[in-house]
Amino acid sequence: MDAATEFLPAEAEITLIHVIPAEVPEAAEAAAFGLWGRRQVNRDAGERMQAAAEEAALDLLTAAEAQLGRKTSRVSRRGRVEQEMVAAAEGIDLLVVARDGDRSRLGPRSLGPATRFVVDHAPCAVLLVWPEETPEVSSIPPLPARPLSPPRP
Amino acid sequence: MLVASPYLVFGWSVVSPASEEAVAAFLLVAALAFAVIRPRRLPEAVIALPAALLLIALGILPLREAGAELGRIGPTIGFLAAVLVLAELCDRHGLFQAAGRMMAAASRGRPKRLLACVFVAGAAATAVLSLDATVVLLTPVVFATAATLRLRSKPGVYASLHLANSASLLLPVSNLTNLLAFRATKLSFPRFGLVMALPWLAAIGVERLLLSRFFASDLQGQGEVQKTVAVGAASTYALVVLGVTLVGFMLTAVIHIDPAIVAAAGAVLLAGPALARHRVGLGTLVRAVDIPFLLFVASLAILVRVVSAGGLQGIISPLVPGGTSLWSLLAVAGLAAVLANILNNLPAILILLPAASAAGVPAILAALIGVNVGANLTYVGSLATLLWRRLLRERRVELSLGEFLRLGTLTVPATLLASCVALWLSVRIIR
Repeated sequence: MDAATEFLPAEAEITLIHVIPAEVPEAAEAAAFGLWGRRQVNRDAGERMQAAAEEAALDLLTAAEAQLGRKTSRVSRRGRVEQEMVAAAEGIDLLVVARDGDRSRLGPRSLGPATRFVVDHAPCAVLLVWPEETPEVSSIPPLPARPLSPPRP
Repeated sequence: MLVASPYLVFGWSVVSPASEEAVAAFLLVAALAFAVIRPRRLPEAVIALPAALLLIALGILPLREAGAELGRIGPTIGFLAAVLVLAELCDRHGLFQAAGRMMAAASRGRPKRLLACVFVAGAAATAVLSLDATVVLLTPVVFATAATLRLRSKPGVYASLHLANSASLLLPVSNLTNLLAFRATKLSFPRFGLVMALPWLAAIGVERLLLSRFFASDLQGQGEVQKTVAVGAASTYALVVLGVTLVGFMLTAVIHIDPAIVAAAGAVLLAGPALARHRVGLGTLVRAVDIPFLLFVASLAILVRVVSAGGLQGIISPLVPGGTSLWSLLAVAGLAAVLANILNNLPAILILLPAASAAGVPAILAALIGVNVGANLTYVGSLATLLWRRLLRERRVELSLGEFLRLGTLTVPATLLASCVALWLSVRIIR
């Protein structure tokens, strides 16, 4: 959010994109399906979770808008996070993405699989930010001690 | 054979013993197929109950034997009903919501701590209130808790769903499969728990290790921190009743009352004040008892009994080795896991139980490890998974169970192995 206010011109139109991962409620629904008659009446675990997810998404988007302090448009999607994200980025100029992996040091795993996919496949420019404090350059782990190519005899 | 079934039904007066077996097998397959497919979400008992009654009407199962079988399975069904009501009432008393708030506070916004909390809550809920409670009642709470903390829900939800199976080894109440096998083991309630404690811990430990690794990149960062919230009086009462019920279960070894009666007493202790204060209606309790499902379990037991006596036993028995060597325990657990993944763990344990009982108590416990832990591989049995996928496709929802099922293939072999080794040790320590 701070990156958006820092790097984007004040007149830029901001769209907040939120994706609810579909596989999590689906796994719970599938599991309840396997209980046969024992899933209680009027209780669909998947539906309950879907409702909770939508509520949380709304909270998150509202909080984000408040933090930005300006009007935004919102896109809410449901499905595979990385694919929905790339699809939602179509037609926009700049996609702001936060790192989601190990943020205790610079690389090598500061991007999770989903973000890696989004950076790789984005149909637009990408601004990749550290969501918390940026680690020191000295935090890069040392190169492996072994030589990169096997020694020749 | 299947096509000719009407002739078998109408020509019952001339059916030979071989055709009797065929009728029983056909009815069992039909009942299971219906239970898995459940067209229009009809209760499973719709085919199973008439099928069981037909076996009796045709004289394939003499009335006296049917009565004896019902007498055997009756207490188990009562036990199941009491546990279903207990879980529902705990939810009505806000116990699961309270667990969610406690997890939120204890995790301090750290995803790894939240996962640890889910492991504690999931293992406890499954052990005491059965896997059904964990899947239907705890998992949505885990999801909501992660959402309020602004953390990823996937590790917690998948852990909760996995624990529903793999942490259901401990007590007879933890899983319907255990309840069905409990009487055959002739162990007392606490002794069952004592022998299964090591396999239970082994299963949870392996799940913990593998899930932490699998979700390593999802367990980074810091979410919101929530303040500790006091647990309400109602959920405290529910917790106390659960504790008293557990003590009651343990005492059944000393004072000879049926554990089902203890479970029923626990349910009454919770239901009484709740009914008096209109916290729950009688209708809710009746629905929680789930009579159609109880009828289904009874019918299925009868069907399986007839088919087992008729020849299935002859096929299964040579595959179930006796003895307490690690290899024989692994063989039984492996076979049980395969069956549970083809069908579902409920018919799997019913089919295996006669052969496993003949092979001895360790074989029964190994079979339970197989059906309970093994169920995480395809989760609901591969037939049901296929149907589930078809159902989703009809709703034009993208299928994304792949990762969940991949996690199963990663954890199940390791969990099975660890639990079997633990059982092997356990039956040597506890004699």
